[in-house]
Amino acid sequence: MKIKRSRGERIFAVVNYVILTVIMLMCLYPVWYVVMASFSDSNLLMQHSGLLFRTAGFSTDAYVKVFKNPMLLRGYGNTLFILVVGVFLDIVMTSLGAYFLSRKNVMFQKPIMMLIMITMFFSGGMIPFYLTLKDLHLTKTLWGLIIPFMISTYNMIILRTSFSSLPESLIEAAQIDGASHFKILAKVVLPLSKAILAVMVLYYGVGIWNAWFWASAIIRDREQYPLQVILREILLQNDVGSMSTGVSVADQEAVGMTIKYATIVVATFPILCIYPFLQKYFTKGVMIGAVKE
Amino acid sequence: MKKSSFSVRAKKDFRRNRNLYLLVLPVLAFYIIFHYKPMYGAVIAFKDYSPGLGIGKSPWVGFDNFIRFFSGPYFGRLIRNTLLLSLYNLLFGFPAPIVLALLLNEVRNKKFKSLTQTITYLPHFISMIVVTGMITNFCMSNGLFNDIIVFFGGERSPLLQNPRLYRTIYVASSIWQEVGWGSIIYLSALSGVDAQLYEAASIDGAGKWKQLLHVTLPGISPTIITMLILKMGSLMSLGYEKTILLYNAATYETADIISSYIYRVGLVDQDWSYSTAIGLLNSVINCILLVLTNRLSKKISDTSLW
Repeated sequence: MKIKRSRGERIFAVVNYVILTVIMLMCLYPVWYVVMASFSDSNLLMQHSGLLFRTAGFSTDAYVKVFKNPMLLRGYGNTLFILVVGVFLDIVMTSLGAYFLSRKNVMFQKPIMMLIMITMFFSGGMIPFYLTLKDLHLTKTLWGLIIPFMISTYNMIILRTSFSSLPESLIEAAQIDGASHFKILAKVVLPLSKAILAVMVLYYGVGIWNAWFWASAIIRDREQYPLQVILREILLQNDVGSMSTGVSVADQEAVGMTIKYATIVVATFPILCIYPFLQKYFTKGVMIGAVKE
Repeated sequence: MKKSSFSVRAKKDFRRNRNLYLLVLPVLAFYIIFHYKPMYGAVIAFKDYSPGLGIGKSPWVGFDNFIRFFSGPYFGRLIRNTLLLSLYNLLFGFPAPIVLALLLNEVRNKKFKSLTQTITYLPHFISMIVVTGMITNFCMSNGLFNDIIVFFGGERSPLLQNPRLYRTIYVASSIWQEVGWGSIIYLSALSGVDAQLYEAASIDGAGKWKQLLHVTLPGISPTIITMLILKMGSLMSLGYEKTILLYNAATYETADIISSYIYRVGLVDQDWSYSTAIGLLNSVINCILLVLTNRLSKKISDTSLW
């Protein structure tokens, strides 16, 4: 049966579609502009004024220059290292904490939970944290970008909520079979939590991929810069010099522009590619995070 | 009597859950080292810290660092900028995802709905460096935004050098980046509203507008209030990352906020005790704000965070 909609409702529906389409275009257009500009001929792009709907001329020069830049590749490598090692350690540590907090009848669970929750609302601040890293010799090393950030309390609470919803009987059965807690976590709880673990991997992964602040604060050796810090130099501190050598001074600004846009594409491409396929996992995390106990 | 029963219970608990406590030990160590040690380190706010002497041996100075901040030239400006930027963010940034969720909720075409969601969530995943890099390029004299301004008869100028435009750029770009992502939570609340209520309302002759006012909004109001408490509680805790990427000496007068100042005097000027003092003050204010807004909302609407 088709419900007939009133005239007012039909008008509303049309207006609604129009508004949402405009919102969509506004979200997408800056990204579109960047991609089109990156494939543009640098001189034509400079002459062009206003919105860009397709490339101005066509050139892959900027990409050739970007990929020849050793620092960018180096940055990619460093970020990948932090990503792989970091996400692994993050998941291990977060699971341990979440499992502990999801168990029942543990006497000191409440105070430990308090200890953890307090850190969500109160922190020592930037400098004491920095001095702590310095004391532990975690500055000037990529480990300083991994170890101090292993647990996000927010993620751990999400994971705990998910662990708590598993049927208690499964864990009890494993305990009766004589399995240790570590074994129960590894062989029972984690295999049953693949979906939420995917969410965790994505959250930590995106966080690490996009992180830049502490890297810029503690890493001194340029060889150790992760990708985002390199990007900052290129995009915000205008350091395209090394890539635009052999270009006349007059053309440098134009070439620099396309190089910047190509750099943005190269650095954002991986995330934008995988994101649509993983969207449901990302949103799932938000929903679980929103559940109050 | 009570004490012995506690220790007996504790002993029993430790025997029974020993492995569980071993399991959580690395997690506890993590929190103690990377959260509680810095909290202890925050005592340098009351000291004249020098790295050679360490935290323990550096001399006490009482509230000198705080007084220096209160009587310093930037105190008023920092408080004003932080509050104004937060308020604008709240005023424009808070309703935006709610409106988007309400609009999306009315879409019947599933494909269109999921396409809109995918595209509006997308900017959330673009890194802050890239977003601010894009803003910086678009705002340059020969950038996209100036092209548009010229098209409408305006004149070219470096937009990011203009302190009067800074807040608009900051807030608008934040909405651009977060509106879609922020709508997820409201969409999930909307899907929880009982469909029978809509049927009943429409049988009673309520149109779309009346349904919105009497069914939809009351249905998602707990979510709205919870989010609002969180936002109000963090009025003074605006992060530094975006600010230190976007501002420059020309825009400090509207752009510099408490957290970016903490960064500048702390990590750039290495005035460690002073920076820590401001951070500590800020942290305490944030806690008080959160507790107050939470209490307020408990009173008004029975919704609270804890």
